[in-house]
Amino acid sequence: MTEEALKELGDHIASRLGDDVLKVEIKLGELIAIVRRPAIVKALTFLRDDTNCRFEQVMDITAVDYPEREERFEVVYNLLSLKHNQRIRVKVTTDEDTPVPSVVSVYSAANWFERETWDMFGVFFSDHPDLRRILTDYGFEGHPFRKDFPLTGYVEVRYDEEQKRVVYEPVKLTQDFRTFDFLSPWEGMTNVMLPGDEKAQAPNTGNTTGSKP
Amino acid sequence: MSTTATAPTGHAGGKPTQIKPYTMNFGPQHPAAHGVLRLVMELNGEIVERCDPHIGLLHRGTEKLIEYKTYQQAIPYFDRLDYVSPMCMEHAFVLGVENLLRIKPPPRAQYIRVLFSEITRILNHILSITTGALDVGAITPALWGFEEREILMEFYERVSGARLHANYFRVGGVAWDLPAGLTDDIWEYTEKFPKFVDDLDNLLTENRIFKQRTVDIGVVSKEQALDWGFSGPMLRGSGVAWDLRKSQPYEVYDRMEFDVPVGLTGDCWARYLVRMEEMRQSNRIIRQCLKELPDGPVRTQDRKVAPPPRGEMKRSMEALIHHFKLYTEGFHVPAGETYTAIEAPKGEFAVFLVSDGSNRAYRCKIRPPGFAHLQGLDFMSKGHMLADAVANIASMDIVFGEIDR
Repeated sequence: MTEEALKELGDHIASRLGDDVLKVEIKLGELIAIVRRPAIVKALTFLRDDTNCRFEQVMDITAVDYPEREERFEVVYNLLSLKHNQRIRVKVTTDEDTPVPSVVSVYSAANWFERETWDMFGVFFSDHPDLRRILTDYGFEGHPFRKDFPLTGYVEVRYDEEQKRVVYEPVKLTQDFRTFDFLSPWEGMTNVMLPGDEKAQAPNTGNTTGSKP
Repeated sequence: MSTTATAPTGHAGGKPTQIKPYTMNFGPQHPAAHGVLRLVMELNGEIVERCDPHIGLLHRGTEKLIEYKTYQQAIPYFDRLDYVSPMCMEHAFVLGVENLLRIKPPPRAQYIRVLFSEITRILNHILSITTGALDVGAITPALWGFEEREILMEFYERVSGARLHANYFRVGGVAWDLPAGLTDDIWEYTEKFPKFVDDLDNLLTENRIFKQRTVDIGVVSKEQALDWGFSGPMLRGSGVAWDLRKSQPYEVYDRMEFDVPVGLTGDCWARYLVRMEEMRQSNRIIRQCLKELPDGPVRTQDRKVAPPPRGEMKRSMEALIHHFKLYTEGFHVPAGETYTAIEAPKGEFAVFLVSDGSNRAYRCKIRPPGFAHLQGLDFMSKGHMLADAVANIASMDIVFGEIDR
């Protein structure tokens, strides 16, 4: 697909969905539409049924966590049109408490993808028929893919020979958790003055050793 | 499995038999579950009424781990997703990173990648078909198939040093060039391989028992396949001619000549036939790759991404610095995001990569084909016998490494 065809399709979507689309952009040759949260079902239904779109398949639904933003989660829908051989990425934003309307009524495949997003990020989907956890353990607490969830987790399990069952215990690290900051030390030092640096910036008075009168 | 455990059978006293629907637990440790799958099934006699897969027993948090690793360090995690087709998984990731970096690997590397992607496809399909046949009662195909897989995994070993977790693809190319003599040996193998597929064909395709167990089992219509996000052989088995290698060609697939097999009936048998034909087509692609394989470097010459050769490091200070930086800090990827999909043996495998400009991925979502397929198990098995649910699982080509991630 050429860039022009993408732009045309983007314009078409923007004009037909009106205010429900906040932004349509093309980045790295991929079409991205940012949609208002309450309008996601309407937008995806349109994208599925419109003859110029025909995005019949939802390939993936996931979220990205940006804790510093006001609405920290970006829920991302990757759609595929077999008819036009075209992909589009639809995004909505949300926070921990605000539910996103579920799109299971539009695509059946969304069921597990939304369950996974709920499980991993704690993004709540309203009107979902069966919003249970899917990948984590039975009775798991927390949402592991949030940026503020530690990589090591909070609990570890082992089989206890005396109690004859699996027990949960707080994580014990036998050595400190290691994070390597590989970022170059000197690239971050551009605005720091070290002793001696002032010499490099001093105006050349012609008073240096080689040019003594 | 018998139904007599909870239901009185026979016509004692002239009363008709009453069978109570009951719930049965299938797995998590079951040879036909292809891994750690737990199914909670509601059965009416031996008829499946509802089937609720419980997954996540192999969840390792790969996506989270990748967020804490440099891009180079993330590649081995991909081998461990779909451990039956490791190199295809790596392929999706390196293509995604290359997309963000806006670099292209040299032609020889592209050919090597396609070559090994297709070897991987054969590896995967052999396992899928033969263990699927095992699930419905045929033992010989599995014995024959594993022998072939062993030969193919030897090619893996010769090129990467490992039979399974290859870690061979790199951002900007492949780790190193093919060892001497490998191309000849692969060529020799491709001449013998169609014979194996024919033998398998003779064993299975028209076999009465095999057909009884697969024909009209788990029928997926075209609309259902689209609605449930199916891809790969699951989609083609339902009559949709869709192959990312044809429709959105990556690497050198646009130069390859191959056909896309399409099933007519959408049942387990059609999917089996699609996989059989795909093996023959993969063989064709391998032969074309070997014929056209150009000379040249196998990795990009961009020293900010790929390390310099060892010899150069002995003489050039700059090369030494590049090497040091790459193996400590790794390379930086410009901020951006991409959804890069490849046609993995099981279907559309994609990586949704978000970069914030640092040396680690900000978010790396892996889109496994099996995840979408497995959630279709409920509607595919509804109304079938319990044993047919097993045939359905086999025809989906389930591997839990990728589904649970």
